[in-house]
Amino acid sequence: MRFVSLTIDGRQVEVAEGTTVLEAARKLGIEIPTLCYDNDLSIAGACRLCIVEVEGNNKNLPASCALPVAEGMVVHTNSPKVREARKIILELLLANHPLDCLTCEANGRCKLQQYCYEYGVKESRFSGERRHFAIDDNHPFIERDLEKCILCGKCVRVCQEVQGVGAIDYSGRGFDTKVATFMDRSLADSPCVSCGQCIYMCPVGALTAKPSKGKGRDFEVTKVVTTCGYCGVGCQLALNVKDDKIVGVTNVPDSHNQGYLCVKGRFGYEFVDDPERLTTPLIKENGKFREASWEEALDLVAQKFNEIRAKYGPDALAGVSSARVTNEENYLFQKFFRAVIGTNNVDHCARL
Amino acid sequence: MSTLKKINNFVELRQLREQLKKNYQESLSNEIKIIVGMGTCGIAAGANDVMKAIIDELQRRNINATVMQTGCIGMCAQEPIVEIIRPGEKRVTYGRISPADAKRLIEEHVLQGRIVEDLVVATFEEGHPDETNFYKQQRLVLRNCGHIDPEKIEDYIARDGYMALARVLEQMTPEEVIEEIKASGLRGRGGAGFLTGLKWSFAAKAPGDKKYVICNADEGDPGAFMDRSIMEGDPHSVLEGMLIGAYAIGADEGYIYVRAEYPLAIKRLRTALAQAEEMGLIGKNILGTDFSFTLHIKEGAGAFVCGEETALIASIEGKRGMPRPRPPFPATSGLWGKPTNINNVETWANVPIIIRNGAEWYASIGTETSKGTKVFALTGKVKNTGLVEVPMGITLREIIFDIGGGILKDKKFKAVQIGGPSGGCLPEEKLDLPVDYESLTRAGAIMGSGGLVVMDQNTCMVDVAKFFLNFTRAESCGKCTPCREGIQRMREILQNICKGKGTLEDLDRLETLANTIKDTALCGLGQTAPNPVLTTLRYFREEYEAHIRDKRCPAGICQDLLTYFIQPELCRGCTACVRVCPVGAISGEVRKPHVIDPEKCIKCGSCKETCRFSAIAVK
Repeated sequence: MRFVSLTIDGRQVEVAEGTTVLEAARKLGIEIPTLCYDNDLSIAGACRLCIVEVEGNNKNLPASCALPVAEGMVVHTNSPKVREARKIILELLLANHPLDCLTCEANGRCKLQQYCYEYGVKESRFSGERRHFAIDDNHPFIERDLEKCILCGKCVRVCQEVQGVGAIDYSGRGFDTKVATFMDRSLADSPCVSCGQCIYMCPVGALTAKPSKGKGRDFEVTKVVTTCGYCGVGCQLALNVKDDKIVGVTNVPDSHNQGYLCVKGRFGYEFVDDPERLTTPLIKENGKFREASWEEALDLVAQKFNEIRAKYGPDALAGVSSARVTNEENYLFQKFFRAVIGTNNVDHCARL
Repeated sequence: MSTLKKINNFVELRQLREQLKKNYQESLSNEIKIIVGMGTCGIAAGANDVMKAIIDELQRRNINATVMQTGCIGMCAQEPIVEIIRPGEKRVTYGRISPADAKRLIEEHVLQGRIVEDLVVATFEEGHPDETNFYKQQRLVLRNCGHIDPEKIEDYIARDGYMALARVLEQMTPEEVIEEIKASGLRGRGGAGFLTGLKWSFAAKAPGDKKYVICNADEGDPGAFMDRSIMEGDPHSVLEGMLIGAYAIGADEGYIYVRAEYPLAIKRLRTALAQAEEMGLIGKNILGTDFSFTLHIKEGAGAFVCGEETALIASIEGKRGMPRPRPPFPATSGLWGKPTNINNVETWANVPIIIRNGAEWYASIGTETSKGTKVFALTGKVKNTGLVEVPMGITLREIIFDIGGGILKDKKFKAVQIGGPSGGCLPEEKLDLPVDYESLTRAGAIMGSGGLVVMDQNTCMVDVAKFFLNFTRAESCGKCTPCREGIQRMREILQNICKGKGTLEDLDRLETLANTIKDTALCGLGQTAPNPVLTTLRYFREEYEAHIRDKRCPAGICQDLLTYFIQPELCRGCTACVRVCPVGAISGEVRKPHVIDPEKCIKCGSCKETCRFSAIAVK
């Protein structure tokens, strides 16, 4: 691999050929603002917030996310010219964005809000006509408010490139561009698989997880990292907890699942606080269930197993294990049936 | 159509050319030829009816003459054009011919040999250079337009068509071809003016076993029709150019991306492609060599942004036509990720001429940095609207006044818009600017694809800037923030100025915004979209200020700034205006001067149209 050395904000850095200026800057700990960039997605170069000044280029301010490093390149990521241009881009976005931060679900995690704060953009010099769209809330889990959409295209790319679904894409042109489903139907009538990746990618409040709506914003919740209980993949997820209640699930980026989740992991948490949920084992006596302790229940099961094995032999028993438990638990399960019960009648639901 | 014979080798091609040349010469001495301009311009002006009238009349009178169609001759203002050549006589060009005129031409010129003087546009000695180079032009790319039937490959071959391909395949290595194009100095005619030979060398050097060539025929500038006319008038020159380019870079497949709004160009390209395939000039083992090439015609759905090469590629791939950041450039990763070379129609059409006449000859035309000729679509308030091809370095004045014949109704010249929505408006003091890539860029405009829109004293420059922003606003792909949001805001500022609601601070905002969009937009469309605003601000600032300070539109175009009033000395009090005014803004006693209430007036102009005494004026 060939290495290239360049100067960013007066600091020398050496990076592999083909690295972008944005990545090289991050290596130096220099943060360049981005709205449409994500490590996992293809480069769009759409928001233009990551523009930088390159010495010798008098033509324009290139977007650092799409600019490969070159030997001897001298880059300024925060020059007055760059800051002014970023400010105008933020003002342009803001001019077409509802200023309802007070009630917005994204308040506190919204990148537009964060950058407007950093660049001192209180209001836009360029206010004028605004796009108006009805909110799409037909989908069971995802609410779309296209008026808040800044068209960074991350939802489109994550749906296509990571999830492989392609439920949404751009439609319309110019100022009338929006993200839409095929034939501009509701998201509920699209091939959407409700993975919710788009919500997580959305830098603003255009996409909201419906079950979490109104239950707590990002800064109000405690994030508890745990393993998803639904299948053996064991995705890492962060339970967003407020007042001892799970109010949502968000990604854990540096996990083996790279943060990505499916509909179950993302939205299937409401059973936790369901009043119908069983909290103790139940033993049926005279046709009626009564609450019991784990000890009592396990004793009863062990006793019944022994009785059956004594009367009919070990092959009268069979075990079917679940994909929702871990490999280790599955190993123990088959060991238990083979070594303790003494039968090979053991199977797993994933084979059914 | 007669079936075409496959040409198996270079000898057969040359023999065929000699035969076709001979046939043509013979036909000149024993046939009466009647040529009808059947480009879109001709057909729109009624050439189909003229053609039919000619054929009917010839049949009715049982006259033996060859009737032939041809593409755009260049004099679009004169369409429908009919040319008549009697054996041994001059070629006579007739303009604005109606079906009735056509019958006259047959009666008087064809039958009696008497030139119908009142309909003549020009007469040319057959074979004389003036025949193609009328009015100071130098027609290289358009050399065949008006002289061949674009739907007959034989006509193209008779005029040395496919000889450049033969030369390349027989005598030159791909590297030599690239060197030749480099030496010619040819630059991309699509707008940006990148050196064609250099571009080819990138795609040639790019590693890959599969490569593509693409012809960008997505001509989308308002007022531009150069590429359409080339495809309609001489489609084989584009095909031949692409074949040579494909050989040079090592491509075996190509696409012509042409907008669906060009049905005639598509039809003629398809015909040309079918004929070239039938003759073995496109296909496997062309002219008996190892070189094979397949060509597809892809119809675009008419998005301006698809003229941008990465958007064009996305569109061919079946995706939404949206530009992507470069690098990687198409030369290394283009269509389906393969090395791809894209050139515009006119660029491709230049290639065979360069190969045939040599790089040195080509480089002798034009200026130091801009070689060869450029085709312009001359439109707007100019007398001779049409298609002109001129050597680079000619001045705008020569194009507009010598070739274009000056301003319509001899009004005063105000500005010329060059380069379409990405270009700029240049004022009178720039008329002596030589037309070359660098001079135009320095003046704030661009060469662009070659649209020249001439504007007279009655044009409001703020309105013109607004017009182009309306276009780019609608045609922006919507991907990047500055273009999508910024153009809308610039347009709103201009709308306000045109309504008299602008402020001087608006001009600063406009300029700031324009420069930011130029600096930060993703693709060429966005980066150049502010040019019409920036150039009008640069050259016509006082006109903006008049709108803002004096609430006045000097050209009298911006409706909201006009005031209708009755000149009492001319008003007879006939009350005609009172009756047509839809809002009851006019009052007065019968037979006494009336007045218009400016508060009520909606500036519809009905009163002015109705007044028989020209008493109603606008200021």
